[in-house]
Amino acid sequence: MIKKEELKNSTVNEIIEEYPYTESFFDGQKLAVDDGDKSLREIFADLTVEEMEDVVFDVDQFADSLASHIRNMQEFLGENDSVVGTLSILAGKDKDGELENYDKLDIKSGEIISIVGPTGSGKSRLLADIEWTAQGDTPTERKILINDAVPDKKWRFTGGKKLVAQLSQNMNFVMDLSVIEFLNLHAESRLIDNQEEVVERIFTEANQLAGEQFSRDAQITSLSGGQSRALMIADTAILSSSPIILIDEIENAGINREKALELLVGEEKVVLMATHDPILALMGDKRIIINNGGIKDIIKTTAEEKELMKELKVLDKVMTDLREDLRYGKNLSRISDELAAVKTA
Amino acid sequence: MNLVTFSGPPSSGKTAVILKTIEAIQQQELKVGVVKFDCLYTDDDELYRKAGVPVKKGLSGSLCPDHYFVSNIEEVVQWGRERDLDLLITESAGLCNRCSPYIKDIKAICVIDNLSGINTPKKIGPMLKTADIVVITKGDIVSQAEREVFASRVSTVNPDAMVMNVNGLTGQGAFEFSTLLYDEEDHIDTVTGKKLRFSMPSAMCSYCLGETRIGAEHQLGNVRKIELGDE
Repeated sequence: MIKKEELKNSTVNEIIEEYPYTESFFDGQKLAVDDGDKSLREIFADLTVEEMEDVVFDVDQFADSLASHIRNMQEFLGENDSVVGTLSILAGKDKDGELENYDKLDIKSGEIISIVGPTGSGKSRLLADIEWTAQGDTPTERKILINDAVPDKKWRFTGGKKLVAQLSQNMNFVMDLSVIEFLNLHAESRLIDNQEEVVERIFTEANQLAGEQFSRDAQITSLSGGQSRALMIADTAILSSSPIILIDEIENAGINREKALELLVGEEKVVLMATHDPILALMGDKRIIINNGGIKDIIKTTAEEKELMKELKVLDKVMTDLREDLRYGKNLSRISDELAAVKTA
Repeated sequence: MNLVTFSGPPSSGKTAVILKTIEAIQQQELKVGVVKFDCLYTDDDELYRKAGVPVKKGLSGSLCPDHYFVSNIEEVVQWGRERDLDLLITESAGLCNRCSPYIKDIKAICVIDNLSGINTPKKIGPMLKTADIVVITKGDIVSQAEREVFASRVSTVNPDAMVMNVNGLTGQGAFEFSTLLYDEEDHIDTVTGKKLRFSMPSAMCSYCLGETRIGAEHQLGNVRKIELGDE
């Protein structure tokens, strides 16, 4: 337990030495520290009216806030319980109050589950239920279990740690940073030990996913769509604190989607993927069919569908190659008579 | 009646979040009303009216919006009681980031958005530091990493706050957020006698009183000078 009185009588240097992460806290709180060897009590006693105004809190409130910060960080660092072995969804109701057509859906880490259904069918609600670790207290009345137990409430409210990470087509980078600066910033916020190594690994993986290579010093805001997605996926797979990842479509341009999914499941994440693209949907082990706010069906990808996937990949390759040819100024020629026959049939 | 105060920088998505949250609250058959405080102009009251929410707006004009807020809050509470509201929401824009409209023992919510930049949590004073719940918006358009960094910076500035992501467009997270706003046990009949959580921005100088001329001889009262000396 962190004792508030002790904190007030400790010097800033002592506090930072014992809890190194409090350095960013002092910085964020804008406390004017001219001498780190003074205790918090002494520093607060010496503050001018203006400095007092900047820091907002008095010494008691400041010590409370500091103690909360240390507690949050200890929880954040010391945790191994953030490993999600199994995520379970217990059936609820659809928009008409009808029971959903299953009892319990178990998703294991490393599994990919596709979610399909028309717009407005309830995909966002399902995701929100998972993120909120619903316990019958949302409109669908679904319940979420993690490792077959009712999850800790902390998933609902803590700032630094959310259960679900999201990747969608609409996401952009907005910070003015280079690729390496950006990765370092994210790694720092996660307080990992082997930062340099991890950052290097994300950079390499991202470049393997991207159709076109990018450099360490490239500005993240100037990356192409495919490069941005590659970087976002590699970063989320390796550095995100969230054990569950929701992907909302991955556009088929400038990125190797199969490798991207392999990378995500390789990091022991549970992957949920909302998609209308048959190739992506069939990469899943199962697919959830959603309609009218409820899960209508859970279909296991069949052997025949896996075969179909090979054919779809051929079609996909044909289109990709044509795109490449077009890009490099080649004349395009017909593919084959068989394909033409298929097309007109 | 419950009273909740919302605050946050301009265009952070306060109105969108409140509207989506009200949708969820109305489904519990609770009567919600909103009073919107702004500075020069707002037509957000129309949006609330369209949603069937009793609404009033107050424009502070040349006054500090926070001072205007605290001088009117008691009357606003009585307005809400006369209309038999279960939940009264006040919304006020934080224009100078030094804003501090929260009242002790009254739920205080700060809305900030992911697009405002990762140093923003540091730039906002008591409005963020003394809030009970921090709602982060516009998470659907920035990368996962930026969301994580932003949220962790918010937690560094206000370690005691619950931090929630709400999407003001799709309403994702609004239902969950709404469950934190209303408490049956809570009854606010008046705020007279309560205290602000932190003092409001202040000035009291000649310019507050309408001075327009520039120069040292015209500066009277509470005047602060920028440090321009060599480092």
